[in-house]
Amino acid sequence: MMDVLKIATAGSVDDGKSTLIGRLLYDTQSLTSDKLEAIEKSSKQKGYDYLDFSLATDGLVAEREQGITIDVAHIYFSTAKKSYIIADSPGHVEYTRNMVTGASTSQVSIILIDARKGVIEQTYRHFFINNLLRIKEVIVAINKMDLVDYSEEVFNTIRADFQALNAKSTFKEQTVNYIPLSAINGGNIVTTSENMPWYHGPTILDYLENLKATEVHEKGQFRFPIQTVIRPKTSEYHDFRGYAGKIYGADISVGDKVCVLPSLNESRITKIHFFDQEYQSAEAGSSISIELADDINVTRGDMIVKATELPTIEKEIHAIVCWMDHKKMVIGAKYMLQHHSNRVLGKVENILNTIATDYSGKSPASELALNEIGEVVIKLSKAIYFDKYEEHKSNGSFILIDVATNTTAAVGFIQ
Amino acid sequence: MKNRLQTNALESEAIYIFREVIAQFDRPVLLFSGGKDSITLVRLAQKAFFPAKIPFPLLHIDTGHNFPETIAFRDALVAELGLELIVRNVQQTIDAGKVIEESGRYASRNTLQTTTLLDAIEEFKFDACIGGARRDEEKARAKERIFSVRDDFGQWDEKNQRPELFDILNGKIENGQNVRVFPISNWTELDVWNYIEAENMAIPSIYFSHLRKVFIRDGLIWSHADFVYQEKDEVTEERMVRFRTVGDMTCTAAVESEAHTLQEVVNEIRQSTISERGARIDDKRSEAAMEKRKQQGYF
Repeated sequence: MMDVLKIATAGSVDDGKSTLIGRLLYDTQSLTSDKLEAIEKSSKQKGYDYLDFSLATDGLVAEREQGITIDVAHIYFSTAKKSYIIADSPGHVEYTRNMVTGASTSQVSIILIDARKGVIEQTYRHFFINNLLRIKEVIVAINKMDLVDYSEEVFNTIRADFQALNAKSTFKEQTVNYIPLSAINGGNIVTTSENMPWYHGPTILDYLENLKATEVHEKGQFRFPIQTVIRPKTSEYHDFRGYAGKIYGADISVGDKVCVLPSLNESRITKIHFFDQEYQSAEAGSSISIELADDINVTRGDMIVKATELPTIEKEIHAIVCWMDHKKMVIGAKYMLQHHSNRVLGKVENILNTIATDYSGKSPASELALNEIGEVVIKLSKAIYFDKYEEHKSNGSFILIDVATNTTAAVGFIQ
Repeated sequence: MKNRLQTNALESEAIYIFREVIAQFDRPVLLFSGGKDSITLVRLAQKAFFPAKIPFPLLHIDTGHNFPETIAFRDALVAELGLELIVRNVQQTIDAGKVIEESGRYASRNTLQTTTLLDAIEEFKFDACIGGARRDEEKARAKERIFSVRDDFGQWDEKNQRPELFDILNGKIENGQNVRVFPISNWTELDVWNYIEAENMAIPSIYFSHLRKVFIRDGLIWSHADFVYQEKDEVTEERMVRFRTVGDMTCTAAVESEAHTLQEVVNEIRQSTISERGARIDDKRSEAAMEKRKQQGYF
């Protein structure tokens, strides 16, 4: 099966984001003829003299009416080498939560800058979210170069401004690349622009094609949260107990010594199953089931780790959260915290501050409103088994569920 | 014993989702249409719970307008895997006076089946309905969550969806609500075909080229059948055709094809420039046809 690469884009229609995505689809022949027809028809109706690619991205009636992106859309295209999924989200401040959502599953991010406007407030916010979520690869796409006479000087100035911003980044391992674009005529998206001979770097697609999966996928220690226990109760598999889950962080092999949390019971992996086959080892990312040498009690919400690589086991966590609910977060409020398959009740012990997404710093706060990001302390009714987000993305993130409405009220990154 | 298991990201994600469903819900059901996507779901569910049996029933909403080949395939699959199959008929919903049969050239039971589905959900108190919808199929579906909450009336509130972060799935709902679950959200049509080919899965015969009685309307190839409305001047003829998507005979158009084997079908898809829903008559009703149907509880 082909490699899948997830890309986050954010921005408003004005930045040429839809045009960029439309171009990627168009130039990789991923737009089917009936979709292309629909785009041509609608562009004509609106009286445009170019293809209105926003139709390729904006899915809801309200979005097409208002010409804006409201919710995250998922767009697919593929080349002979890779499958790509674009999580396309809106760029305005009132949609910060959607940007965070889109970025949460992505390994690459494209930040669009209008060459006429340069680095603006919105650029700060997009980059801040990329830092916070620790997206490894960032492409700064400086678009509308056709409107600034394809000027190398303009490009250099914007790059220098962004580099100054990058100096404030909290995530130094991030790779930032700068590509000048003219999305409306496809320059440097899939094919090299002839109008910018001074640019010798890759096109957007070249860059994506050459990223190696091993470089962009997160690594960390082996973490195996139990989703369910498979017990067939048939005569053939009478005593079978398969602990089912997805592997995060690192490979696992038969014979590895493991520890079950929270019981701290130690055992050894005797079998790794995937469907009707047994394997010697399994790669991170695989959904498998395993058997242990000892008959110990393991249930959903437990976690299996290597015996020498224990995570932090605590009843209190410090985290940065992005608030996603209309009802504000206040000190003392109780929420259901979901960390992998483990759900525990939590109480907001303290709200330390809000963090501005424009890098202007932290301000003291006692509540968090929709789309606000801040540092909090949460006390839990039972311990969870976590790593810091910067050490292990999947084992360092969680959601908060409002117990009254059941909605997902926040995402958190453990510090 | 095999050596090292390498991840197929899409397959792993789907299995993960199936296991979350069984852990988070009391009465899940798999919505089975007999099409390639729901057949793929059955295979993935098998993998998620092996060596145990698939721990939930299949639900087929039978419009009475299915291709007979699909029904035969469904029954064979259910028998082979020892699954529980629940069938509810749109005809009964019509007979009970809950919906009125459409008439005219474009009459179809496609919209009517929503009522039958919602009745079945209520009858069996299903809290999670697993479906084979994919985000690449259609623009409203591109916005769909993996766990998509529906209210008592089965409605989708598209502007106020729960955020879904990383792979953390929140299936908490109130009494009366239910969740539609889409394990192959991130698969494309080609991913599904590649998987069917790699797994050498059986699929209904109408996906392969065959000689069929058809007639032409609006540039699309319609199947000739007793319940498909046909004008006198719409001449029945025989053509070599196959279907890219399996819906009702009244709303699924055929394509001309000489693809007789799985490999030929997959090759044809790779080269094709018409999206699969382009052959869905039900989507042609308006640009927002799918979004409207989804708001009302359509799958």
